[in-house]
This record gives sequence, C-alpha cells and structure tokens, in this order.
Amino acid sequence: MQVSGIGYDGGSMALFRAAIEKLRKGLSRTREGSTGALRSILAGKPLSAQLLRDLERAMIQADIGIKTAIELRKDIEAAWQRSEIESGDQALAFLKDQLRAYYPPEDRSLRFAPGSEGGPTVILVAGVNGAGKTTSIAKIAKALRDQGKSVMLAACDTFRAAAVEQLEIWSRRLGVEVIKGQQGGDPAAVAFDACEAASARKVDVLIIDTAGRLHTQEPLMRQLTKIKNVVQKKLPGGAPHEVILVIDATTGQNGINQAKVFAEAIEVTGIFLAKLDGTARGGIVIAIREQLAIPVKFVGLGETPDDVQPFDPDSFVEAMFAAPGS
Amino acid sequence: MLSHLSEKFENALRQLSGRGRISESNVREAMEEVRTALLEADVHYEVVQQFCDAIVQKAIGSEVLQSLRPAQQMIKIVYDELVALIGGQEVIEEGGAERPPILYVEPGPTIIMMSGLQGSGKTTTCGKLAAYLKKKNKRVMLAAADLQRPAAVTQLQVLVDQVNEEIPSGGGEKVLFHGELDKVAEYGKAIGAAVQVARNAVIDARSQGCDVLILDTAGRLHVNDDLMNELRQVERAVNPHQIFLVIDAMTGQDAVNSAKAFNDQLELDGVILTKFDSDTRGGAALTVRQITGKPIKFMGVGEKLDALEAFHAPRIASRILGMGDVVSLVEKAQAEVSQEEALALQEKMAAGKMTMDDFLNQLRTIRKMGSMKSLLGMLPGIGSQLKDLNLDDREINRTEAIIQSMTPAERKDIDLLNNSRRRRISRGSGSDAKDVSQLVRGFEMVSKLSKQMSGMGMWSRLKAMRGLGGADMAAAMGSRGCGVSLRGGSKPQKSKYKQRKKRK
Repeated sequence: MQVSGIGYDGGSMALFRAAIEKLRKGLSRTREGSTGALRSILAGKPLSAQLLRDLERAMIQADIGIKTAIELRKDIEAAWQRSEIESGDQALAFLKDQLRAYYPPEDRSLRFAPGSEGGPTVILVAGVNGAGKTTSIAKIAKALRDQGKSVMLAACDTFRAAAVEQLEIWSRRLGVEVIKGQQGGDPAAVAFDACEAASARKVDVLIIDTAGRLHTQEPLMRQLTKIKNVVQKKLPGGAPHEVILVIDATTGQNGINQAKVFAEAIEVTGIFLAKLDGTARGGIVIAIREQLAIPVKFVGLGETPDDVQPFDPDSFVEAMFAAPGS
Repeated sequence: MLSHLSEKFENALRQLSGRGRISESNVREAMEEVRTALLEADVHYEVVQQFCDAIVQKAIGSEVLQSLRPAQQMIKIVYDELVALIGGQEVIEEGGAERPPILYVEPGPTIIMMSGLQGSGKTTTCGKLAAYLKKKNKRVMLAAADLQRPAAVTQLQVLVDQVNEEIPSGGGEKVLFHGELDKVAEYGKAIGAAVQVARNAVIDARSQGCDVLILDTAGRLHVNDDLMNELRQVERAVNPHQIFLVIDAMTGQDAVNSAKAFNDQLELDGVILTKFDSDTRGGAALTVRQITGKPIKFMGVGEKLDALEAFHAPRIASRILGMGDVVSLVEKAQAEVSQEEALALQEKMAAGKMTMDDFLNQLRTIRKMGSMKSLLGMLPGIGSQLKDLNLDDREINRTEAIIQSMTPAERKDIDLLNNSRRRRISRGSGSDAKDVSQLVRGFEMVSKLSKQMSGMGMWSRLKAMRGLGGADMAAAMGSRGCGVSLRGGSKPQKSKYKQRKKRK
C-alpha cells in the first residue's frame, strides 16, 4: 500500500506559521472574550482554584464539551496537588500536552489505492447540510491536482437545488472532470457511473460529493450506505479508500452524534474540519477523537481552494488558546 | 430535538417533587444539574450562569420554600425564566400574546434581507420563506445577491421554480425571481457588485408590484471586515425593513460571537434558526435571544419547502420541560383537516360506520403532519423518552399498502375478509398474512371503541383508551405497532408512558 501525504513539506512549526499567516492575510480578526485572553490571565500567576475555573471555562467555550473539560481540569488539579505544576503557564502547557495526547502520531495523510494497477483511489465525502462539503472537495481536488494526480469529481448531490452546478463550476475552475446525474436522480447510480468512468479513463483519484443530510434522517443515511456499497462493489479492492466527514468548526456538542451516526453508516476514516478561520475553535473534534477514535485529516481555513491545511495537533491546540493577534 | 435537555430538566425537577418541603440546598442541587445540562446543550457559558443564578434567587426569595407544593412552584419559576430567556421578557409581560413574525409595510414592497455565516441555510430559508408568504397570498420576489458561492444564483432560481410548482397558492400569485448571472465572480472579486444587484432588485420588485422582496446575501464570516462592510453597503443602499440573521441550530459556543457581530453591524430585526429537526440540544435557541436582544422568528424543521414554522417561545419552553406542546399539535392537525371533515368523521365513528378508506385518509393526514417521532414529542411527558426510541414511519407505508390491496367493497365492509381474501391481500401488498390480520383486528377494536366512546366525556374516553392496552393501539396505528403503548402505570414513581423498542 502506497501511502503519501498531500503536498506539504515543512515541519509542524512551519505549518503553524503558514496557517497563522493565512489567517492574518485574509481576515482581520477580532477574537475577543475570555478564550483569547486566557494566556494573559494565566501568565506569571500562581495556580489557584479561580485559574482552574477559568481554564475549564475556556475549554467549554471552545466546544470541547463539559465532560471532557471537567476531566481535564481534574487532571490539572491532581498534578497541582502533586506539586508537579505550580504556575498558570505550567498549567497551560500541561493542558496542551493533555490535548495533544488525544492525537497520537498517526497516519494523517490520505490512503491511496495500491500501486498503479490498483484502479482509481476513491474518496467519499459526506456531512450535514451546510457543513462545507463542496468547497472542501474543491480544496482536496486542487491539492491532489497540484501533486500531479488526475482527479475526477462525482456530483452525487442530486437533491439540493443547483448542487450539481456548484460542483461543475469548481471542476471548470480547477480543470478536472466531473460526472453528473440528473436533478432528483438516484445518487447511487451517479456514483456507479462515476466509478466506471474513473476506471475507464484511468484517473488517479475520484472524489464523490454527496447531498448534505442531517444524521437524524434515517432514510437519507441508508441512501448514503447504499452509495458506499455501490462503490465497494463496483471497484473491489478497498474502494472507497477514504471516507471523509466534513464537520463545521462552529458545531456544538451535537457534532459527536453526527460523527457517530455517519461512522455507523459509512465507516468514516477521517474528518475535514471546515471553517476554522472564524472565531470557533472546533474543540468538538477532541470529543470526537476521544469517543469515536476518528482522526482529523484536514482543516479548512477560507473560501478559496488554497485554504486547506493538513491537520496538525500542535498548531490546533496552540490556536485553541491563542490570544488575539498572538 | 430538545429531548436531551428535556430529559435532564425533568430529572432535576423530579428530585424536588414529592417532597413536602424543600430546602435551599435542594434547590441549589437541582440547579447544578440544570447547569450541566445547559452547558452540554451548547448554551453559552455566561448565559447559563445568569439563568441558574436568577432561578435560585427567585426560588429562595419566593414562597417556594414555604409552599406546600414546592415542586409546582419551582417548575413555574423555571418555566417563566425559560420563556424569558428564549422569548424575552416582553413575551411574559404580554401574557404570551403572539406577535406576527413579519411586519409588512404599505405601500410595498416590504424588503427583507437575509444574512448569516456560510452554510447556515440562508438560500434554502429564502425558498421556505417565499413558500410561507405565498401561502399567505403575498406577491413575493426572491433576489440573489450572493454572487460569490458557485451556483448560488442558480440555486435560488431553482428554488423559485420549486416553490411555484409545489406550493399551491390561495391567490395564484407566482413567486418572482431577480438574478444577474453576469455579475457573478469568484470569492473576494465580487465585493460591491452585490450592492448594485440589490438596488436593481428593489426597482424590479417595485415595478412588478411585489408585496415582499427577499434578498439573499452571500454567507460570510463575521470577522471578515471587507465582506461585513459590503453587507452594510447593501443595507444602506436598499434600506431593508427587516434584517434576519440565519443561524444553524447545531452551532456551539461560537453562536454568541457571530450573532453579536452581525447584530452590531446590521441592527437585526430577528433570527431564523435552521436545522431544528436535527438532534440539536438547542444551545443556539436558548442563547441567541439573550445575546442579541432580538427575537427568534422562525425555525426550519425539514428538507421540504414548507418545513418552516413560526417560533413560539412558550411552546419551546414547555417542550423543554417535558410539558409537551399540544397547541402546536392541534394547529398542525387543523392545517391538514378542516372542521367539516373532522365533524363528518366523528359522526361516522359514533355510528360505527368508519371504513378502511377513512382510516387510510387519517393515516395520510398524520403523515402529512410530520414524522411520528416529532408528533409524539409534542405530547406531555413523552418528549424526553423519545430519545432512544426508533420509530419507523415505514410502518404507515406498510399499512397503506395493505389497505390499498383491498377492493373497494372490502374497504367498506371488513367482514368480507375471509382467509382467502386475506391471503390475496397479503400477496398483493407484499406483507405477511399475520400483518393483515393484525390490521383488521386493530381496526375492529378502534371502531368498536369509538362507537362506545362517542357518548362519553373526555375523562372517560381517556380511561377507555388506557384500558385498551398497548398492543391493540399499536395494531391500529400500524401493522407491527408503532412502538409506544399507552397503558396506565401503577407505580407512581415511574412514568405512565412506557416505551417498547420495536422487535425485528
């Protein structure tokens, strides 16, 4: 099995800098509130019960979830009582280590079909309505195209008005092929046609866009399972190689359920955390990692196809507690 | 939706019930649970703090501690605070009187501007709002001022066509569309063009004599100064009468930041919550009013164009407290069944003349009102128990198939159904012979019961229903049961409504 990254070279610090640079360039940010100011609250102060509460609050406000936040606070408290940490700075460093531990070094790059004869690599993309699937697909497609891979898109969102047109416009801008069906048609049939076309034309990667659906809509979740089954049958030997769930960084605790239900329906292999360029911290992926062991593979940071970064736990955790303009 | 919160609230308040007296620490304990539940439900940290403090203060300051029925007093306080939180103080002061969600201006057009983050559901909501207004006999125009997202203009146009096809209108007015495809550009390159499109749309709407113009705008981050600036320019150019912020009901703690920023920049008139049919715990719904001071006007509750409902704070509060929302349920029923139809059916039932066709009509009506789960969720005491219940609406389809496999004569007189006919029906509908028999038995029970009940008062009817037992009710609802039985419980500690998982 050939494993390869998605076109980034530098270490994590280089990445972090690139991400921050991107954020600075495009947006003048006005991150306010206690989360942003956390570091200044903690810096140079001895640890106290009040500081611990502030830390817990910062975690809750980053959408980490109250259970995880309380656990982490208790960990810090225990370390404090053991006199391992004494100052606010140490507490923050300790907390960051704890958070990073949720993301052990693991394969965060995309999984590709084995060898050159293995047929196309298939990436199935799903998510709730408005999570940012189509834009995220454009980002992945561009990154792969820039690596010299031939990419084909499959427009399986036959439900929402003009969703096919939206993907078509992206395909034109990126110069990649798109396979589409009719509005209101069976998305699984489009997926089938796309698999056939992708192997006939020997493209390297096929990315399948699906209609946004709430995980509470059982019939729609079954439809998604059907799409995956069709792909699996049509291209035996590991397809779909990646099943990416797109999650909006502003999502609250309901994100855990999203991930759980989608994982049950289509065996999600990774998360694309979209819209992290706002004020939301995306802490929900920590709860998802803890409870469902699904890694984050990419982070979306803007609306153009270049605004994508491979997920880096260090910079993610760093950004979670970053003060404004730091 | 909301079942998570509902369960936690009921638990917390149950601790207080059944006690003769409650102490201050009892109240604080219960509120600690409520606090955790609200935080788990994505309600903003500060809002939770204020909410819980206010309740503790009121409970301790009032007669709750001296009252002989402290739990009821406590529930009243929590309910009032909840209503004030999600609806604002004025809802309480006005005694729950409803304000119309949209204020129209004369002469038209009333200009409505939509705003929000990317993916919150603005464009879809535009379509739903147009459908809502079309039903109210308004002449509506949708204008596409989102020039950035690929195919957003086309999407709005398709929605206009769909509204015109799917939504019957009282006055036959078609929804109009204003879009300028030649102004569309890539991200960040169309800034400013939206202002011109918006101006043109107003001129267009005026010349075509529209009552309402709905302006769809591009999704944008509240921290993107250029785009927020554009939004202000659009606002200045067209002077909208109402500006709505569209918020995803599943948003977490960040809802506060974006709502505040949009409100500061635009002076919102109201908020529309989308994707409320998800299993959102309601954080945004409980937070946004407090943070912006602006009312929630509508909520989106489904994929279909008519899945937009006016937001009523008292009803949502009562759902959260597990008190159900019978008012909405009745309204939904009234929207589908006219008074005359209901009376005609009632007479038929009283005379024991209800036929399978009537039954089929009823099933279809129920389905039009929404999913079984959403309907049951509106009944008092059931909401919190629906969380893990897997109701399968396909049972109704199956029942429908069985009835449709009957001849007209059989539908009028089920006594005709001998074994041979039952076998034919089961083959025709692709179901088990057992299912057919179960349906027939259930139907017989219901028609017998409805005949008996026609002379009774409400209370005796309820008792009669309970006496019927779950299995037969279930049989009547769908051939294999809809999973909820309504049997009277003997243990006062447990809820009267038992639930049963569907057996496969």
